[in-house]
Amino acid sequence: MPRIKIPTPLRYYTDQQAEVTVQAGTVAEAMQALVAQYPALKPHLYNGDGQLRPFVNLFLNRKNIRDLQGLETPLAEEDELMLIPSIAGGC
Amino acid sequence: MLPPLTHEEILRYSRHLLIPEIGLKGQQKLKASSVLVIGTGGLGSPVALYLAAAGVGRIGIVDYDVVDASNLQRQIIHGTSTLGQRKVESARRRMLDLNPDIEVIAYDEPFTSENAMRIAADYDVIVDGTDNFPTRYLSNDVAVFLGKPNVYASIFRFDGQVSVFYAREGPCYRCLFPAPPPPGLVPSCAEGGVLGVLPGVIGSLQATEALKLLLGIGEPLIGRLLLYNALDMSFEFVELKKNPNCRVCGPNADIKTLIDYEEFCGVPGHDREEGSAGSGWDITPAELAERLQTNGILLLDVREPHELEISRLPGALNIPLGQLAARLSELDSAREMVVFCKAGTRSARALELLVSAGFRKVKNLKGGINAWAREVDPSLPIY
Repeated sequence: MPRIKIPTPLRYYTDQQAEVTVQAGTVAEAMQALVAQYPALKPHLYNGDGQLRPFVNLFLNRKNIRDLQGLETPLAEEDELMLIPSIAGGC
Repeated sequence: MLPPLTHEEILRYSRHLLIPEIGLKGQQKLKASSVLVIGTGGLGSPVALYLAAAGVGRIGIVDYDVVDASNLQRQIIHGTSTLGQRKVESARRRMLDLNPDIEVIAYDEPFTSENAMRIAADYDVIVDGTDNFPTRYLSNDVAVFLGKPNVYASIFRFDGQVSVFYAREGPCYRCLFPAPPPPGLVPSCAEGGVLGVLPGVIGSLQATEALKLLLGIGEPLIGRLLLYNALDMSFEFVELKKNPNCRVCGPNADIKTLIDYEEFCGVPGHDREEGSAGSGWDITPAELAERLQTNGILLLDVREPHELEISRLPGALNIPLGQLAARLSELDSAREMVVFCKAGTRSARALELLVSAGFRKVKNLKGGINAWAREVDPSLPIY
């Protein structure tokens, strides 16, 4: 099953899980399965209209899904989806 | 014409001159080059030190803060002897001690839309070592408009990200992050903490990239984002491409000048400690101390459980901010409540959440338990 790698700042909402396995055929399904499993994540990833927030970056096998087929990008069994957060710290 | 090196400089840079990729000519290039380092904190410390040591001829440093004791766990350019001093002066002194042959220009001011273009125009490379979203978007846009590379890095707890954003040759910061996260989602270092050595690792990578760009050697991190995790000791790379819809560097870019970045990000352009919920919602430590004498105010501590081992207020109920939305039923909205955290930022967010859930008799302890320790109970430590 495809795996989603969870960045540290969001692990607070996934019971500290660094990786979540989901049953999904596309990136969109994978994200829906993720927030179904961890509902506390939902407001951080989706806006009120059910759209993924623009700061959420998803990389499939190191490529931005924006450069693939976006949320409709198909996922294979061994695929690894990486959620890359925007962090600002430099202090 | 590259500037010649003196005999003293040849000896100083001997270990560079021995490397064929640098050699005498490369060292002369460094002497003729300039870098602007934005921020002299965790990232800026190793960046400024290594660039100074490497002999970059002119280094600008921008910061408006003073050296604080809580900086020294990671900001190695400063020291106990410079506590309380202007950061740019503290950094400048240390850089010139390391290498008196370079020029260090100190900008003791915040980097803003008003001064950014003027300051950055004079430098070959920009290094973004800031600590907040508004200044990151500002640094990016300045670099795009001036056609300069922006060596980017940011850190959080055990994680770091590094890339070189250079719109002439690849993507910019906005190609990857078109919009900032909603305020409050991503904690800052001041709120969430940072492993002291992390900016050492990540800042050294930034210094490496800056030197490569100045020397024109190697493969710069343009079009790649490095993701580092100290706990896993993992270095992962992802591919970055120009975003055709980028609003500053795309073919249909509509942002042509600097904007109001604080408004754009919905947060202030600094990672200051003290949080406030705004007038009318704050209560000062002194006021709280007085109110606690008389009536049954509920104290709500929204810090993480491990922070309670550092300091606590007796009788306070602990619900970490991240759990608050799910645990509102534990609170009585009819009762007066004062919310607090370390310094007032998380509690201000908790207050917003409570107010939107219908709580009215709620106040935010301005400056948090640290302000309480400072003004009311000096037996508590400040952290």
